[in-house]
Amino acid sequence: MTDQTAPRPGRTAPADKIRCDACPVLCYIAEGRAGACDRYANRGGQLVRLDPLTVIEANAARGGSEVPFLAGADWDGDILRAGRPFVTAVGAGTTYPDYKPAPFIVSQEIAGVDMVTVVTEGIFSYCGAKVKIDTDRHIGPERAPVRVEGEPIGHVMTGEYGSRMLSLGGVEHLTGGSKKEGRVTCDALLRLCNREPVEMTVDGGETLVLQAGRAPVIGGQEERLMRVGCGSATIGMFAAEWLGHADEVVVVDDHITGVLSEHQAGRMLGVPPTGIRIAGHRSTPGRYFRVAEPGPGWGGTNIEDPLAILKPFDPAVAWPGLRLLMISTTGEQWAYYELDEGLVPRPAAAPAALRASAEKIGANCEPSLTSVLFMGGAGGSLRAGVTTNPVKLTRSVRQALTRVTVGGAEAYVWPGGGITIMADVTEMPSNAFGYVPTPALVAPIEFTMRLEDYAALGGHMSRVRRVEEVLTPAVRRVAPGGAG
Amino acid sequence: MTAAPAAAAASRPMAGPVAARLPGDRLHLQHGPIDLVIGATGGREAAFAAAWDRFRTVLPELVAELGLLRRAAGPRPRGAVARRMHAAVMPHAPAGFITPMAAVAGAVADEILAAMRAAAPLSRAYVNNGGDIALWLGPGQAFRAAIATLAGQVAGHIDLAAGDGIGGIATSGTGGRSFTLGIADQVTVLAADAAAADAAATVIANAVNLPGHPAIARAPARSLQPDSDLGARLVTTAVGALTAAEIARALDAGAAVARDLAARGLIRAACLMLRGEVRLARWPQPAGSLAHA
Repeated sequence: MTDQTAPRPGRTAPADKIRCDACPVLCYIAEGRAGACDRYANRGGQLVRLDPLTVIEANAARGGSEVPFLAGADWDGDILRAGRPFVTAVGAGTTYPDYKPAPFIVSQEIAGVDMVTVVTEGIFSYCGAKVKIDTDRHIGPERAPVRVEGEPIGHVMTGEYGSRMLSLGGVEHLTGGSKKEGRVTCDALLRLCNREPVEMTVDGGETLVLQAGRAPVIGGQEERLMRVGCGSATIGMFAAEWLGHADEVVVVDDHITGVLSEHQAGRMLGVPPTGIRIAGHRSTPGRYFRVAEPGPGWGGTNIEDPLAILKPFDPAVAWPGLRLLMISTTGEQWAYYELDEGLVPRPAAAPAALRASAEKIGANCEPSLTSVLFMGGAGGSLRAGVTTNPVKLTRSVRQALTRVTVGGAEAYVWPGGGITIMADVTEMPSNAFGYVPTPALVAPIEFTMRLEDYAALGGHMSRVRRVEEVLTPAVRRVAPGGAG
Repeated sequence: MTAAPAAAAASRPMAGPVAARLPGDRLHLQHGPIDLVIGATGGREAAFAAAWDRFRTVLPELVAELGLLRRAAGPRPRGAVARRMHAAVMPHAPAGFITPMAAVAGAVADEILAAMRAAAPLSRAYVNNGGDIALWLGPGQAFRAAIATLAGQVAGHIDLAAGDGIGGIATSGTGGRSFTLGIADQVTVLAADAAAADAAATVIANAVNLPGHPAIARAPARSLQPDSDLGARLVTTAVGALTAAEIARALDAGAAVARDLAARGLIRAACLMLRGEVRLARWPQPAGSLAHA
């Protein structure tokens, strides 16, 4: 989500400047500055649309008249907010428009069909983030509270394949606890959904710095790679490569540590027994559970010296000179040993083939990412802005006649009642989210449907405008994961 | 706002000019950095239609000559708005560096107002371009504008009447969107048209200054905005503590320039503000009445 998808960085500009393509002026914008329009800025090399809420707050901070942004939080169904106030700026007693979000209903022809997109920003009291952290490291026990500034904002969910899950936010933390809990939760969700880094701690676990689309930082250490598979799977995938270069291979993994000579893959390749003995709970042949405690060491365990998981070799089977490779599930840690006369493993220079194999395991690992899915429920007042019959919108979404997007990102719509959605924040423009002091998040949400379907569900037909009329910088389309 | 019609994904054209009707029978026109809020009484609809018609090509016309307009005023540009800019800054060119960009906001406002007046008989009309205002008052008409401080308080009112010979109000200073070489919080100028007011406000705001003062932070314009017309010139980025005497000295310097411009007939009135201190100056015949709040 960084360099490749940054929206059209200036070709001739030095690295710290970008060229804005939102209007014909084509401003070069220096890092941290805004263009001539004050609407687009360069944040870390990305073109971002300045958060309209920030504009309003900046005015309030200067003592200017503050716009009551969605005062009372309930929408009266007035799509265009014709009665909305405007920030007064310097000069003249006339007013200067502010650019806080305004809902639009736009229509355009797609493949010969007149489509309507209802663009609005919804206030989501029922919202949160589901976070997937690609790591095998232990971040804390399941169900442990996750805290920011000491306030609980969520908890550790399940461990999934190569990753740990967090559930953050939700109405209980936003409005069910203390005022501070709600405020801190809202702020953390806002930053997380706007793809800013957020530091949090897990009770009985690690300190995490999480940022959507970036590698997680766990206990001060940036995670690099997802494991290629569990220890047993790694044996299965790479056994043939090790043949002839090592007599025994142990893939260290907190979940399932694999042992080549005992593993089915090793047996099928004719690898003879080596007399190796693993400290851990043997599951099926060649697969061991709990070889150590979870931790930041090899393969998600707490060990730094892989020999710690070995018991003495069986002298009836092992032989001096036996070649032993120990490697983690990401290939990031590995060590090569040969047994001495007393059958004790001694570090030795690894054959080139084994070095290459370790690199190959690393190359087959996917980069570790933090993924943040915004989750929220579209309630009554928001639907009323779209149609005079709110439940018809729900049914329309159900029947897949209406496509739901969040800041342009495809939304997964949960089965069951209501319109409860999940969407990947990295597919949205930067600064897609705002907040109200309720506390609740303000998120963009778009409903796209055929014009005739819109009419059928009681849409505000008189408010429909052609897309050409509203295609301003304020509704600028950006590349997924780009900026807006 | 960040949301977009999802279906615009395939190929997003560069955002074109847009028009919207605002509450209070005002028209909002926007294209890139240009934001106009327009009001008119009389033949409003015809005037609004003419404003929109003229507005559509204003930004492309300016962009076509942007290189020339960003250089020190010299060769005459071709476009109508560009010529207004050029004409407004030329009287200031002998005194120091100035580019036509110093009058861009006012010149756009003037051009749109002229198009409106040509299209319909109007009793009263204004085009507010981000605080730089072109104004037309028909016989018997009056216009009251408020000057707000950066803190949002009303510093004063400007009451204008038909026959005052004032067709433009412009403001410049550290509180504005453009860079300034000076330290004025804001300088508001009344002049015959908005382009003239805009250029003069820029020049006066630049003159409200304390060269070499240690509490004033400056940076090359180009380091803040790579394609700024001010190039490597040092623009003000922060103003620290100033003594009352220093504030007075800076305002005096600006007021002297304002007096000079008034004597040459380039401006009708000026209001200079720095740290809560205000200097109002107006010059008779013709002039608007500038009353302190």
